[in-house]
Amino acid sequence: MQIMNELLKIKNLSKYFGGVKAINNFNLTIEDGKTHGLIGPNGAGKTTIFNVITGVYKPTNGSIIFCDKEISGMKTFAIAREGIGRTFQNIKLFSYLTVLENVIIAGNQDITYNMFESFIRTIKFRKEEKALYEKSMKLLEFVGLQDMSQKRASSLPYGHQRKLEIARALALNPKLLLLDEPAAGMNQEESKELVSFIYRIKEEFGLTILIIEHHMDVITDLCDECTVLNFGETIAEGSPAQIKKDPLVIEAYLGEEYGC
Amino acid sequence: MSSYLQGIIILVGINLIAVLGISILTGFTRLFSFGNAGFMSIGAYVSAIMTAKYGIPFIPALVFSALFAGCIAYLLGTLTLKLKGDYFLITTLGFGECVRVLFAYMEPATGGARGFASIPHYTTLFITVISVILAFVFAWNLVHSKTGRNLIAVREQELAAEMVGIDTFSSKKLSFVISAIYAGWAGALYSHNLTFISPEMFNLAKSSELTITAVIGGLGSLTGTVLGTLLVTLLPEVFRSLASYRMLIYGIAVVTVIVFKPDGLYGYREFSISKVISHINNIARKVPKKGADANHE
Repeated sequence: MQIMNELLKIKNLSKYFGGVKAINNFNLTIEDGKTHGLIGPNGAGKTTIFNVITGVYKPTNGSIIFCDKEISGMKTFAIAREGIGRTFQNIKLFSYLTVLENVIIAGNQDITYNMFESFIRTIKFRKEEKALYEKSMKLLEFVGLQDMSQKRASSLPYGHQRKLEIARALALNPKLLLLDEPAAGMNQEESKELVSFIYRIKEEFGLTILIIEHHMDVITDLCDECTVLNFGETIAEGSPAQIKKDPLVIEAYLGEEYGC
Repeated sequence: MSSYLQGIIILVGINLIAVLGISILTGFTRLFSFGNAGFMSIGAYVSAIMTAKYGIPFIPALVFSALFAGCIAYLLGTLTLKLKGDYFLITTLGFGECVRVLFAYMEPATGGARGFASIPHYTTLFITVISVILAFVFAWNLVHSKTGRNLIAVREQELAAEMVGIDTFSSKKLSFVISAIYAGWAGALYSHNLTFISPEMFNLAKSSELTITAVIGGLGSLTGTVLGTLLVTLLPEVFRSLASYRMLIYGIAVVTVIVFKPDGLYGYREFSISKVISHINNIARKVPKKGADANHE
């Protein structure tokens, strides 16, 4: 089996909103199986990068290659089907639906029956529906929400909603998972738990992860590599340990107390 | 069965088919259309021309006219469904009015504003009941399948739906086409029930009546839609003397429902016998427990 090295390769990516250069000449390479951190002050363009990767925004310039395929310019749903799952900074669940339904909807891509087969309820229909139900329950069990499967998603506590959003992204069978500030609003204890949770899903599903985070301890614990952004430009790249010593990063983002 | 009762059942059935279409569109996909009377009129006129002028049997005419309405919706949807929210609604409103005026002007084929008379009376109770059952089962199986879940995802959170690989544009288009097919279907039954149609019957008031019925019954619920249609169609029959106040009563009913029960009479859940039984069991279990507590004290 050929070892795939570069899962995601972003070259000279720019995104301008009118005169505002939200991202300027951004480069990023993530190897298969690695966890890459994306940090920087608010408004540095981190979430914009996620939105460009997932096709919500069309890039002004540059290319995004995922699994040796150019994905920039493709539609959002098509990019998702290529195998990129995503969570949002401000959680976006199907809030009126149950926890289970949230995951099942994301698993819809596994299903191959057509509309006519669903109309007459063929054996294939029943088989696939059953398989999807079992897969979704398994996913919920994995993230520890199996007891709440029939609850309305919006009624879950915040931390559980985050986990549900991750479970939903996993139901898509992604190769790459984009996490947008998963530890936002969590205390030290909770973010520690989140780190081990992300480790578990990464091992279990063989994922590559790109993560935006402000908690430096989360970044330090999880990431192999990091990129630091400021005003849409990359100001530093390297391992978390290297980043923490970089004077430019300390000045722009971390502040003095992290320096030593 | 008296012919009056038969007439009522046919009327309820026809309305139900049209409102089920709206239910899929508005209740499950959260798209509002004020042009579905336009699709109804397409179904009504196309089938009437086929049977009355060309002597084509009713069932093929019915199927063709419903599919024809669906094709028009496909074209219109391709053009307009990229628009967000209100803008789409306005295009459907314009569409409904265009169709009405078009049929009024096409006098040689449609009889113009004076109406299309002497349509054969083909809509029997049997055909209506079969149609309703088919329409309901199809809608039910659609909603409880991958396709229906995609629609619900679009309703709940469009961006998140895209992120899990759902083609939201195609889903919306599908929903729009299905609602138009239902409207066309209902229209064809309608014209062959009344034997006379005129463009004025399919005006904006008819479109809004369909949407209002779906909202009162409950969005996101097919059984709620049935309940709403029964209420909205039967109440005016019971209170015949108040018939001229119908639109006024609709208005009051909608405001009341939106204020006191925003989900509609039976929104976002389906009626099921097993749920009712377990509910009764729950109550039954609680009652002796309370009694036991009292004894204990």
